[in-house]
Amino acid sequence: MAAGFKTVEPLEYYRKFLKEACRPDGRELTEFRTTTINVGSITTADGSALVKLGNCTVLCGVKAEFTAPPADAPNKGYVVPNVDLTPLCSSQFRPGPPGEEAQVASQFIADVIDNSQMLLKEDLCIAHGKLAWVLYCDLICLDYDGNLLDTCMCALVAALQNVRLPSVKINEETGLAEVNLKTKHALKILKHPVATSFAVFDDTFLLVDPTGEEEGLASGLLTVVTDEDERLCATRKPGGSALAAEKLQECISRAITRHKEVTNLLQEALASVKSE
Amino acid sequence: MEAVGSVLREYGCEQSLLSRPDGSATFLQGDTSVMAGVYGPAEIKVSREIHNKATLEVILRPKTGLPAIQEKNQEQLIRETCESVIIGSLHPRTSITIVLQIVSDAGSLLSCCLNAACMGLMDAGLPMRALFCGVTCAMDNDGTITLDPNFRQQKESRAVLTFAIESTERKVLMMSNRGVYSATELQQCIAAAQIASEKLFQFYRDFIRRRYSKS
Repeated sequence: MAAGFKTVEPLEYYRKFLKEACRPDGRELTEFRTTTINVGSITTADGSALVKLGNCTVLCGVKAEFTAPPADAPNKGYVVPNVDLTPLCSSQFRPGPPGEEAQVASQFIADVIDNSQMLLKEDLCIAHGKLAWVLYCDLICLDYDGNLLDTCMCALVAALQNVRLPSVKINEETGLAEVNLKTKHALKILKHPVATSFAVFDDTFLLVDPTGEEEGLASGLLTVVTDEDERLCATRKPGGSALAAEKLQECISRAITRHKEVTNLLQEALASVKSE
Repeated sequence: MEAVGSVLREYGCEQSLLSRPDGSATFLQGDTSVMAGVYGPAEIKVSREIHNKATLEVILRPKTGLPAIQEKNQEQLIRETCESVIIGSLHPRTSITIVLQIVSDAGSLLSCCLNAACMGLMDAGLPMRALFCGVTCAMDNDGTITLDPNFRQQKESRAVLTFAIESTERKVLMMSNRGVYSATELQQCIAAAQIASEKLFQFYRDFIRRRYSKS
């Protein structure tokens, strides 16, 4: 009976739950799904992480390559994030060039990297004006179940912390780069931005960490990215139902507590890799 | 007496300047100028139609070159903003297309696009539950807020925040930004944007009144 009701009137079905301040999957409105972080999942990548938020799974692999620094900033390297939404992760995506959602997600992550100053691009420069690192951060969604941005951000931060770059020297005589694979060093990650997404239902209920189903039914979405100093690196609200300033403040407070939860999880995951 | 920086640049608008679209407008904010054309409600391909509301499409054309990933992002922001105010259920299984052509960019581009889109929608006579306007705020290192910054102010600032404010309760429809800022600074910017939106909505009202009282 309940299953039939859900199919015919999904919104009404949700409203019945929200009235009692809970969700069909048993969570409270401010509760996240179980977050799982696995660091160093891909041994062939320079850094990698697999993050699951409930069913939503994102795999991030970081590949470092040599490149010439940009002409307008000869002392900088590049970080290139790319979100891939393959047909594998959901039936709503088709093979071919990236769709709008994938492009928007890539742009959002690139903006967060720039805004938060999580790593200095100057650190990626090897020889001024000649050689620099480019970090290709490929984020591949394996299972799409809502809250893509949070999962991607978490996977990116975990993978970047896992990156080990070999030391490089420029041979003065030949002018060629010599790579020493024996000595590797980690990147200096200065900030750890964490994203927290909300779905708005009927202009009143705020649901944290929406599932795919909830995102489809919601009247608006909101993503807040905070760093450890409780500053905001990005807030994104693409239209949807209008929010008053007080509601926003609630979201920001929740995002700050979420940052602590994720930081603890990340540290545990990274410590487990080191102890191996 | 208004404090320096809390004023918008000079803004202006013109409607119905194109003959082919159902509604068109240009909006100017200082030297930033965007032209909007609105087509719809019109016929739509069966594969794209939505059975209970209109399908909204926003196309943002840069001044030069082809639309890139940045434009896609802005297209999504504008589309979702328009979608939340247009009463699409009155025109199910039709398409509404908003084409925005950037004429010149001198800062606060996204807010100018939003204003042009709203003016275009009004000219097309599409049913909307509220109006909206875009306001951009730039924040310096010492926390002073400049409304509607020009290109240079935008570049020199620590954070740039763009909001879309709706006209009925002055709530925030859309939010997008660059740079780092604290929660209190965000609230300050929202408050500043809400005050600025009053002026823009008054301008909208005066403009429409003048236009229809002529004949």
